[in-house]
Amino acid sequence: MRNNRSIISGIDWWTIGLFLVIALFGWLNIYGSSYSFDQTSIWDFSNRAGKQLVWLVTAVVIGGIILMIEEKAYDILGYIFYGVMIVLLIITPIFARDIKGSLSWLTIGPISLQPAEFAKCFTAIAVAKYMSQYGYKVRDLRDLIVPFLLIGVPMLIIMVAQRETGSALVFASFLLVFYRQGMSGYVLSGGLACVVLFILVILFGETALPIGLGNVGILVSTLVIEAIVMGLLAFKERDFRSLVIVSIGVVVCYGIGLLLNIWLSINFNYIALACLAFTAIHLLVQAVKYRKSSMGWIVAFVMTTAVLCQGCDYAFHNILQPHQRIRIEVLLGMKDDPHGAGYNVNQSLIAIGSGQTTGKGFLQGTQTKLKFVPEQDTDFIFCTVGEEWGFVGSAGLLLLYLALILRIIYIAERQRDTFSRIYAYSVASILLFHVTINIGMVLGLLPVIGIPLPFFSYGGSSLWGFTILLAIMLRLDAARVNKMQG
Amino acid sequence: MINDPNYNRRYVIAGIAILVVLTYIVRLFILQVIDQSTQGKAETNAQLRQTIYPSRGLIYDRKGELLVANQPIYEVTVIVREMQNSVFDTLSFCEKLQITTEEFEERMQNIQNPRRNRGFSRYSPQVFMDQLHQEDVAALQQELYKYAGVDIRCRTLRDYMYPIASHVLGSVGEVNQRDLDRDEYYSVGDYSGRDGIERTYEKDLRGEKGVEILMRDSRGRIQGAYQNGELDKEAVTGSDLHLGLDIQTQLLAEKLMHGKVGSVVAIEPQTGEVLALVSSPNWDPRTLVGQERSKNYQALLNDPHKPLMNRATQAQYAPGSTFKILQALVGLQEGVISPHTKYPCNGKTSYPIKCTHDHGSPVDLEEGIEQSCNPYFWAMYKDLLQQDGYSDDNAEFKEHYQTWREHVMSFGLGNRFDDTDISEQAKGAVPSVGLYDKIYGKKGWKAITIRSLSIGQGEILVTPLQLANQAAAIANKGYYITPHLNRNDSMKLRIHHTTIDAKHFDVVHRGMARVMTEGTGKWYNVPELQICGKTGTVQNPHGEDHALFIGFAPMDNPQIAIAVAVENAGFGSTWACPIATLLMEQYLTGEIKRKWLYDRMVNANLIDKQDEE
Repeated sequence: MRNNRSIISGIDWWTIGLFLVIALFGWLNIYGSSYSFDQTSIWDFSNRAGKQLVWLVTAVVIGGIILMIEEKAYDILGYIFYGVMIVLLIITPIFARDIKGSLSWLTIGPISLQPAEFAKCFTAIAVAKYMSQYGYKVRDLRDLIVPFLLIGVPMLIIMVAQRETGSALVFASFLLVFYRQGMSGYVLSGGLACVVLFILVILFGETALPIGLGNVGILVSTLVIEAIVMGLLAFKERDFRSLVIVSIGVVVCYGIGLLLNIWLSINFNYIALACLAFTAIHLLVQAVKYRKSSMGWIVAFVMTTAVLCQGCDYAFHNILQPHQRIRIEVLLGMKDDPHGAGYNVNQSLIAIGSGQTTGKGFLQGTQTKLKFVPEQDTDFIFCTVGEEWGFVGSAGLLLLYLALILRIIYIAERQRDTFSRIYAYSVASILLFHVTINIGMVLGLLPVIGIPLPFFSYGGSSLWGFTILLAIMLRLDAARVNKMQG
Repeated sequence: MINDPNYNRRYVIAGIAILVVLTYIVRLFILQVIDQSTQGKAETNAQLRQTIYPSRGLIYDRKGELLVANQPIYEVTVIVREMQNSVFDTLSFCEKLQITTEEFEERMQNIQNPRRNRGFSRYSPQVFMDQLHQEDVAALQQELYKYAGVDIRCRTLRDYMYPIASHVLGSVGEVNQRDLDRDEYYSVGDYSGRDGIERTYEKDLRGEKGVEILMRDSRGRIQGAYQNGELDKEAVTGSDLHLGLDIQTQLLAEKLMHGKVGSVVAIEPQTGEVLALVSSPNWDPRTLVGQERSKNYQALLNDPHKPLMNRATQAQYAPGSTFKILQALVGLQEGVISPHTKYPCNGKTSYPIKCTHDHGSPVDLEEGIEQSCNPYFWAMYKDLLQQDGYSDDNAEFKEHYQTWREHVMSFGLGNRFDDTDISEQAKGAVPSVGLYDKIYGKKGWKAITIRSLSIGQGEILVTPLQLANQAAAIANKGYYITPHLNRNDSMKLRIHHTTIDAKHFDVVHRGMARVMTEGTGKWYNVPELQICGKTGTVQNPHGEDHALFIGFAPMDNPQIAIAVAVENAGFGSTWACPIATLLMEQYLTGEIKRKWLYDRMVNANLIDKQDEE
């Protein structure tokens, strides 16, 4: 170990300050939301706030220890950590007790931990190690096969074996890291397009067309695909001949469909597929003829989304579990069920709204105090902030998170070695994902996906996990200063 | 790393983070600062509004005698969670409530079945047994502390001082969906007046529910009073109702009508207040209270004598001979007859209507009324309608018929009283020109065609209430005040003038007095009461004749006007007249001297006689 003083001087105190402010504010709100009329003091270690204080102090100690550890350990032992973690994730469901349908908790003595909360950290190390190796560069998607596997394996284990959809989805945040490292922006926008198409198909999947057979969902989503293709042909490829041909194809297909519909009843969803097929074949011919790989990507996009449109309706009704399906339906406004699936979100909106500009004051919230909001000190803790601290408090908390994330991006960009930068970006992306999903869910903008608010929600695993994640980054950052001095 | 081609992508990632946070802040701003609607939702969420039920207004008779009061009724509630968390001695609990353990289990299951009990919560009180009396819960009450989660709550039910006047008073029962839709005041399980005066004056009688606002959590657990009870509202007791009913007269009328099908309506002519209103058969109002209500109500529905029908206001009969006094008044008003006009009577050989009584000929008006002479009233009616002949298309005749009809209807016949508090009335009927045109063709009917009307038979129909009101209008010499139940001064303003001048009534009064001294009513007269009356025996295609009587007393200063109808009883003079005179005797003197007549009428059972036949 080198000079400890230089490590301390290299630590980014801004980050630590933000971390402490957020965590302490969280601790107050946990006390507020578990507070009831016969509540004991905030220091009583048998209640949630008391326990969270213990978790917080231990987290700070762990963070301190991590700052002492040689930063090279992560680079050297990255894959070993990753392997151990995968094994741990696999064996967890075997020993775990079933808690609300999830098999993600390991009980060791008096404490229960969720290995999935630590998996993000070790995956980030492994991804950083792989992508920072000498000569590695993201040129096309083939270079991303291994990184995708690195995030895909824990994701799959957590989703399938542990039945924790929320914790599994978090691994999607690495897409931002890949993007920063050179992954094509089309993958991100393609992913966004997929989400939009999925929503269209689900939202209008049961709406019949005014003429013929078929539903509005498939028809509209295929038209959106055609529009994207035409947009790409017009503005990116500048291949106006193809644009005209594809447009004529669409018009002719639908024209024939309408004509035939006079005598037969035509399923216009098949017409829509025929259009896509025509478009794909034409573009494929172009791609082969002129050896244009970008055309090939468009073909791939058309084919993937076509399959997705047909498949997501099936997946929605057959693969998703009923409670997940209802959550999505409620979010999309297809079902109104304030006492059933929409209960959490509805109550949470009422609680937040009732906080108004300045809030009801610490411990004064009736909605959270009277336990109307479920999971109010874990996934729905933001409600307590909204009710008791009002717009000022909740917007303030959001700004604190934004400051933390931007600070981490800043830290990432000042790293000299790729490993540290990729790792720091992983931290920023994971935090951003958690904040986006968690608060989006509480605000009724995203479906109910149970993931904690970083440093804020009650729970030792998540607090420890995020602290370790952050502490490793701080250590790597501090080492950068050391290197400069040394 | 200046040569990093993806260097600018940091701004994209930072941009995404900024965009997300900004979106959420806008959303928060809308939720918390702009939208104020969640505030109220949050309040109702956290409050449990416990209703405090007011006690219903009391009902008194005209002399201040209490008729309808309230009685406490108890319900046992349980909080399932508290019950299950304690050592609950089911056996002794059942013993205290006198139920079996199987019954206990069944009730507990029903409570917890969300389909039967939609508002079920394990944390809030649920009704375990209701409609219990003081004695049913007394044993439990003493040792309530032993049973965790069990409580006894009190509400009020109607309590009747007399087993009478069921049709007037009506009953109170649970509200139905229509009430809930129409009036926001009600919530499921509330009681409201279902019929009779309880329904008419529901808004006065019910008072105003109070509310106690408690704080509760999402599991329904009570956490204390909301804002220290500052927003709680006390229940307001319903206002009392003072009826014009005279309970002694009503009691006697019900006794007299016992065993008969029919009705009695007595009215105070000066005020229009209903003194007695009986429809027989009827029921003890106490049987339609509480637990037994639905069972007993079903039995009344299925009764072949239709006790639920209010015959006093809904039964329609031809008025028969009681109509002759009205005919006389119309004749006098139109100048067709004078008090001295005489018509010949050929007794049983009279044509087209024979006379059913034996008397001299010719007869004048007073004697015609006294003897209920059919030929007199036919001759008069014919002269009235044919005085200008028929002209081309019977126009003159129809005009006179129309005039006659308007006179008759000015006595309240042929329409419901719509400015009254008496519910469930039938209209009766005074046939219109249009009706006869339809039956006989425009030129197909003449005076002879509708001759039955002259003696109150045929298409004309009246209800006993209309008959009593007609008697009151005659007693008042030309006007009536809409008959009503509530003794309220504003009702007295509802005065209606008939189209007959006051001067024409004296001779009719004298004729009606002669009915009681020398005519069909002479056997039951009480001379010192100066009774004026008219009997009627109404032909009835379905069986024996209906007996009718209308009258008032005393002649100089009428205090009571009465109509009595006894179905399928035979002569009006034998059944309806004695009942009416006994009631007048009771009301005017406060006692019955003619015990023999009283006993005979009370003991006469015409229902069972008919049922046997």
